[in-house]
Amino acid sequence: MIDLLPFGADKVAAPVIDYKELSPLMATVGGSIVVLLVGLLRGRFVQTVAVPFLTAVSLLTAMGLVVWIWEPGDLEPIIEGALEADTLALGMSMLFFVGGLVCIALSLRADAPRQAGHGEYYSMLLGSITGMVVLAESSNLITLFVGLELLSIPLYVLCATELRRRTSLEAGLKYLVIGSVGSATLLYGLALIYGATGTMSFAGIAAALGGDELSSTDPLLLTGLALSTTGLAFKASVAPFHQWTPDVYQGAPTPITTFMAVATKAAAFAILLRLLDGALGLSQLEWGPALAALAAATIIIGNVGAIAQRSLKRLLAWSSVAQAGYLLAGVVVGSRLGLQATAFYLAVYLVMNVAAFAVVVARERGSEHGDDLASLENLGRLSPWLAGAMTIAMLSLAGFPATGGFIGKFYLIDASVSGDYAWLGILIVIGSVISLAYYLRVVATMWMGRVELEMPTVPGRRVKPVSGWSPEADLRAQPEVAAIALVFAALTILFGLWPDPLFEAARDMGTSITGLH
Amino acid sequence: MTIHLSIVLFLPLAAGLLGAVLPRGLARWSVLAGSAGVLAYTVAMLIDFESGGGLQWVTDDEWISELGIRYQLGVDGLNLFMVVLTAVSWVPCTLVAAFTQQDRPKLFFFNLALGETAVLGAFMAQDLALFIVFFDLMLVPFYFMIGGWGSGDRVRATTKFVIYTLAGSLLMLAAAIALGVLATPSGGEISFSLADLEQRSVSEGTQQWIVLLFALAFFVKAPLFPLHGWVPETYRSSPIVTIALLSAVLSKVGVYGFLQIVMPIMPEGSQHWQELFIVLAVFSILYGSILAFSQDNVRLVVAYSSIAQLGFIVLGIFALDDKGAQGAVLQMVNHGIVVVALFLIIGVVAARAHGSESLAELGGTAFRAPVLATLFLIVALATLAMPGSANFMGEILILFGAFENKLVYGLVASVGVVLAAVYMIRVFQRLMHNRAGPAVESREIDGLNLAAIAPLVAVIIALGFYPHFIPDRTEEATIASIAPAKQVAETIAASDARERAARAEAAP
Repeated sequence: MIDLLPFGADKVAAPVIDYKELSPLMATVGGSIVVLLVGLLRGRFVQTVAVPFLTAVSLLTAMGLVVWIWEPGDLEPIIEGALEADTLALGMSMLFFVGGLVCIALSLRADAPRQAGHGEYYSMLLGSITGMVVLAESSNLITLFVGLELLSIPLYVLCATELRRRTSLEAGLKYLVIGSVGSATLLYGLALIYGATGTMSFAGIAAALGGDELSSTDPLLLTGLALSTTGLAFKASVAPFHQWTPDVYQGAPTPITTFMAVATKAAAFAILLRLLDGALGLSQLEWGPALAALAAATIIIGNVGAIAQRSLKRLLAWSSVAQAGYLLAGVVVGSRLGLQATAFYLAVYLVMNVAAFAVVVARERGSEHGDDLASLENLGRLSPWLAGAMTIAMLSLAGFPATGGFIGKFYLIDASVSGDYAWLGILIVIGSVISLAYYLRVVATMWMGRVELEMPTVPGRRVKPVSGWSPEADLRAQPEVAAIALVFAALTILFGLWPDPLFEAARDMGTSITGLH
Repeated sequence: MTIHLSIVLFLPLAAGLLGAVLPRGLARWSVLAGSAGVLAYTVAMLIDFESGGGLQWVTDDEWISELGIRYQLGVDGLNLFMVVLTAVSWVPCTLVAAFTQQDRPKLFFFNLALGETAVLGAFMAQDLALFIVFFDLMLVPFYFMIGGWGSGDRVRATTKFVIYTLAGSLLMLAAAIALGVLATPSGGEISFSLADLEQRSVSEGTQQWIVLLFALAFFVKAPLFPLHGWVPETYRSSPIVTIALLSAVLSKVGVYGFLQIVMPIMPEGSQHWQELFIVLAVFSILYGSILAFSQDNVRLVVAYSSIAQLGFIVLGIFALDDKGAQGAVLQMVNHGIVVVALFLIIGVVAARAHGSESLAELGGTAFRAPVLATLFLIVALATLAMPGSANFMGEILILFGAFENKLVYGLVASVGVVLAAVYMIRVFQRLMHNRAGPAVESREIDGLNLAAIAPLVAVIIALGFYPHFIPDRTEEATIASIAPAKQVAETIAASDARERAARAEAAP
């Protein structure tokens, strides 16, 4: 008789599943299903109130569960060999959940859910968040890929949910095509890493690198490493794999853009940290310089690209490319300090970007200029609170003191210098100086009257209002958008003056990858 | 009496925030009261100050422990008069603005107040990171004031101003973090406290590039040739009170940074660049003076004269001589007070010429305005360092210091004293004498501006009679600040001399 199972059937056991640690994931998966089903019911109330409400409940439950299972230094697997709920994953999950909640609030009055169906829209949002959580918690190459796809596929669709606007469809398609190329590259890279190390699990890869048989300059391993980093770089919009970012950010419905900007970025960096610093930490000397070069290119390209933008969404897209470069500095050094700095900056990045995007959403609906810079003209007089929120967001992105952005950059430069990458720290600073050119232009437009742009090139592309604009749809008509802008602007300042809680969380997250110096 | 520096620091900001919630008309009075309160408090500090008592009224709390940043404030001989200068400058400027600024007053006065807090913070900070926080923070209110309430091509001007200054100060930020990290002994906690950094040391090669990046930030702010590209547009487009403060107080933060931070912490690095910085300083003196008497816009005359004056101050600091450094500290105060008065007078004169600030269109203001002319004359004479003024003493000390160590540069710099007389007298004549310009109405100074300018002129006169008031209190701290760098220079000079002697002996 042929023995089908190599070790005999009695030795095969189902993996151990820790349902307590799995609970946040169950909340989002369950929420996704429930929301989809409830969305099938007819009625205005169900569609516009119950569905978003249930989505929010699902996310809030997940957040509560994360707080419940938060335990620094605990590296127990959720599903043996597949998922691991350490503090890094949980902290990042919090960011995804916050990003999701913001997206719900910004979507309440948006066109996208109305056109695509409320149930489907919110269900896909939860599906994407589930993918992010799986990605952040993954502890082997397979779950990594599953998580990435689970996060991406709903997002491709969500980008195209404004069915009646060409640019939205274009954004969805573009994201799909380029995202698939990225996924394919990643998959190929993962296969090569498996080929080199003979194992799928991150812990196994680290052990193989630590052993004698595999040299850290093994060509197969390095090729795999390069390809998988490239695949993830697509998701994180690291140059030169960033070209899709401006188009997709601009074309997608703004709430979805917000979500993509803050949550997808966090997910991509979570897995970069896990894969590079965690599994492949021992070959940091090999990938460090290459990744540093990517970071440098990203900082320069992102900042220079943003200078000439007139569309706020494109501007924020380029700015997100530049910020990805700053974040990468924390990954490059491969140290605990670097990991903490990246995690810290991701949180701050979420806060300041949400404030900025909320103002963009408000102005898209409140002015006839769509997301053009002109929509902000004289906002300082028309609506000083919104203008204040945008100003704080811009100053924080540029790294002015007394904002979270300053502390975040301080931390990243600290990590770079400590990790012998002082030049990267100086490059972050140079990038910030370039970025002043466009961040300050936004601020000047709001407070200092009309600003004539001196651009000899093509006149800025005018975008039609993304949402049904009407003169009545002013600030009072959308209190939730204004509230988000103000709350997150206040948080930006708060984290600039009192960052201790964030530092504490970052320190906890730092414990989750062992073997870092 | 216990002095709480946090009160001084946050009083203006509190007043600004209060003004933001009060009804429109009251914001200005709230901010004015705040700056007057700061002035009163600094007078108390002056009385309570113990000469040679080291760092006083220290506040030292944890702020961001993860990054080693402490909330550490203190006042010693170096920054006592900088704090006083800030308080003295802000009150008349706020007063004038309170009566003239009508557009969006809440926002303007909030910015004015935030600016005072930031400047005071930069002067009082005893933690390098905290210093940088305030150093960068003060750009924000000035950015808004110039861009929102300026004239002409204000947005361009203010953007240029911010990019120039922030380029310098962000590089300084990177250098400061590098300094903090590299100075941390292995196993030690990172710290940015100035006292800790003085104890720890970094290698000479590291010091050199760090000092250079610090100097970049400070020279842009000062401004010194060749980093003054933002000056003409900013000076032309700013509201008058803003530019008065920018020129009088903000310019001092940079040079003050050399004395408080760079010299004591990185003496080898400072000594390394001594020659370069002196050359830049001397060049700024000549360049500023020459451009000052070829300008048509009065503001630009003052702008370029400031470049020359700051050149003198940097020369005094980097002469690495006790007298020179004391002169520099004295001159920092003198220049600040004189410039505030000058700009306020320019405002008064421009108001009599339908806003024109062109020398070609002005003139004859003195005919019916003897008081204004007298005030201006006193200020002008102080600016050109007439013997009998405190400025004279300051410049002489600086030049003595330079003669001591760098004779040639001292001689070239003394040309600047002569040039100052040329451009200041030219401005005085063109504004006050000559035939009245086409649009000029000669009118006596009004009560408001008199109330703002007369006290400043009184301070100038008082300092002229008793210039020792300042060095008496600053002497010890100043000498201590440059001592390490001076020692390095002396060691090098001594070894050079030995080498030369040895070579002379070896030669037949």
